[in-house]
Amino acid sequence: MKYGVNEQGYYGDFGGAYIPEMLYPNVEELRQQYLNIINGDEFKAEFNQLLKDYVGRPSPLYHAKRYSEKYGANIFFKREDLNHTGSHKINNAIGQILLAKRLGKKRIIAETGAGQHGVATATVCALMGIECVVYMGEIDMARQAPNVSRMKMLGATVVPAVSGSKTLKDATNEALRDWIGNPVDTHYIIGSVVGPYPYPDMVARFQSVISFETKKQLLEHTGNETPQYVMACVGGGSNAMGMFYHFLDDEQVKLVAVEAAGKGVDSGHSAATTFLGKEGVLHGSRTILMQTDDGQVVEPYSISAGLDYPGIGPQHAHLYKINRAQYVSVTDDEALQAGLLCSQLEGIIPAIETAHALAQLEKMKFDKADNVVICISGRGDKDLDTYIKYFGF
Amino acid sequence: MNRLNKLFSTKKDNLLSIYYTAGYPELNTTLDIAEALEKAGVDFLEVGFPYSDPVADGPTIQHSSEKALENGMTLNLLFEQLADLRKRVTIPILLMGYANPMIQYGVERFCKKAAEVGVDGVIVPDLPMYEYETLYAGYFKTYGLSNIFLVTPQTSEDRIRKIDELSNSFIYLLSSSSITGGNLQLSVNIEDYYKRIKAMQLTNPAIIGFGISDNKSFSKACEYAAGAIVGSAFVKLLGTEGYLEKIEGFVKGIRP
Repeated sequence: MKYGVNEQGYYGDFGGAYIPEMLYPNVEELRQQYLNIINGDEFKAEFNQLLKDYVGRPSPLYHAKRYSEKYGANIFFKREDLNHTGSHKINNAIGQILLAKRLGKKRIIAETGAGQHGVATATVCALMGIECVVYMGEIDMARQAPNVSRMKMLGATVVPAVSGSKTLKDATNEALRDWIGNPVDTHYIIGSVVGPYPYPDMVARFQSVISFETKKQLLEHTGNETPQYVMACVGGGSNAMGMFYHFLDDEQVKLVAVEAAGKGVDSGHSAATTFLGKEGVLHGSRTILMQTDDGQVVEPYSISAGLDYPGIGPQHAHLYKINRAQYVSVTDDEALQAGLLCSQLEGIIPAIETAHALAQLEKMKFDKADNVVICISGRGDKDLDTYIKYFGF
Repeated sequence: MNRLNKLFSTKKDNLLSIYYTAGYPELNTTLDIAEALEKAGVDFLEVGFPYSDPVADGPTIQHSSEKALENGMTLNLLFEQLADLRKRVTIPILLMGYANPMIQYGVERFCKKAAEVGVDGVIVPDLPMYEYETLYAGYFKTYGLSNIFLVTPQTSEDRIRKIDELSNSFIYLLSSSSITGGNLQLSVNIEDYYKRIKAMQLTNPAIIGFGISDNKSFSKACEYAAGAIVGSAFVKLLGTEGYLEKIEGFVKGIRP
């Protein structure tokens, strides 16, 4: 693949494995084994079977007719919101739990922001009967209480991250610290295309099922597997990478990644990483991150907990830098309005993360014949409180 | 040959190093603490430059980093404070911190500035060997700085040999695979690990760190290595009233 990772774990200038020596054996074990394991026939068979019978794949590609009319193009929704546990996160969790089993690991740790990845991880641990510890920022635990209960009901231990800003980046730090202290028996299921190599590549491969299915489905719908536009929201960037994956090498497909501008890119309350960030190192990879001139990580802001992350995956940083994908941002207000519009035009209440991608449609100029695929990464049940507060239903 | 190399060529055992975070508990006592540590007989110092996301550190050093940043510590300010370093302190000094602040400062500029103020070496736990070798080793060499690598009980023999090759002062031996601030575990496995390292007869001396907090753990470490580093236990002392006056007693308590 033209835009894939090289042998050192880099995408152009980005990637690598910036980890302390204490993590080296864990990460090296993964690096040496992940491709052999996940390319094995027996692994693929079990992975695909679970995606089909347990997750409910393939997820539909839905031709959104009222959206198509409104925006003057053929708009298709890739329905990751219909997956078991309500988002694309489960694709990666299934892949990694099967990998962890083959590595002989007895214990799983994970970080979570909004709780979607935590719930997906707790789910697959229950499925496999493996101990599960999820780190979650103390502040996020309060804002996403229903997901905390879900994880507990699924048998996971939820540990509050009380360091730093007590949100997703600190939950990630705590998970890394746990892994340092438990180098032999524990696998860390990172939830996005971030972290030290091989995580960005491994997670992208597990999520690539999204674009793999899309191509076939688009062919059925339109007679052509190649769309003009592919769009997705980006926090760390796992649904976007899964949505882009099989279109990356096809240069005629325009890729649009939508970041969270929060209260506005220049408001001081934003998570628009490519606009506000600079190159640096975060959570084990060289990427673009929001930081001070002194190299301290800046706490981002977005109404969507899933996009509230100060960095982006290294492959996104690369696609941004070389202009293979277009990175744009929309505000809290624009996203919430788009969430309402999608609910009332298509009968689908999207996650607020997803609503960011939908909001970008307002700013696009399409030709009538354009086929546009947009990833509906998650459902909005978890966000009802936020929607209700905002619209005053 | 920098001060570190000189130290290791003349003194082979019982070396004591102390780590502390610059800017903690007060912004402007970096050199006062260094001076007091030299007076108390410490052989070399590790001055931490704080980072917002210190993944290799336990609660004590996390807290000191957070406080130091709140106090206004930056790399710029630290280098300003260190301008008078060599008027007040003669023992070797290492800077210790994470890769991102150093990369933002500019690694070449960082090395140049460090050498200018009289720093002898750098410890950056999350700067991997590959990136060091391919991107930055040239700057370290140009400015005569030692780069210190960490070794854990899980590090393979091949990798330790490679680290020994890339090192030119000492190797930082972790007492266990853990974050900072734990307790030194004197299990059979750990003794085997120290013995294994000793038997490898590396070119560079080893200094043991992480979990060294008192005379007992210091003495034990010195049985297997050229010396040991105390971090979290000292940072805890800095969090108490009248810390400058307590430094001598603390050091004597570790190494009478």
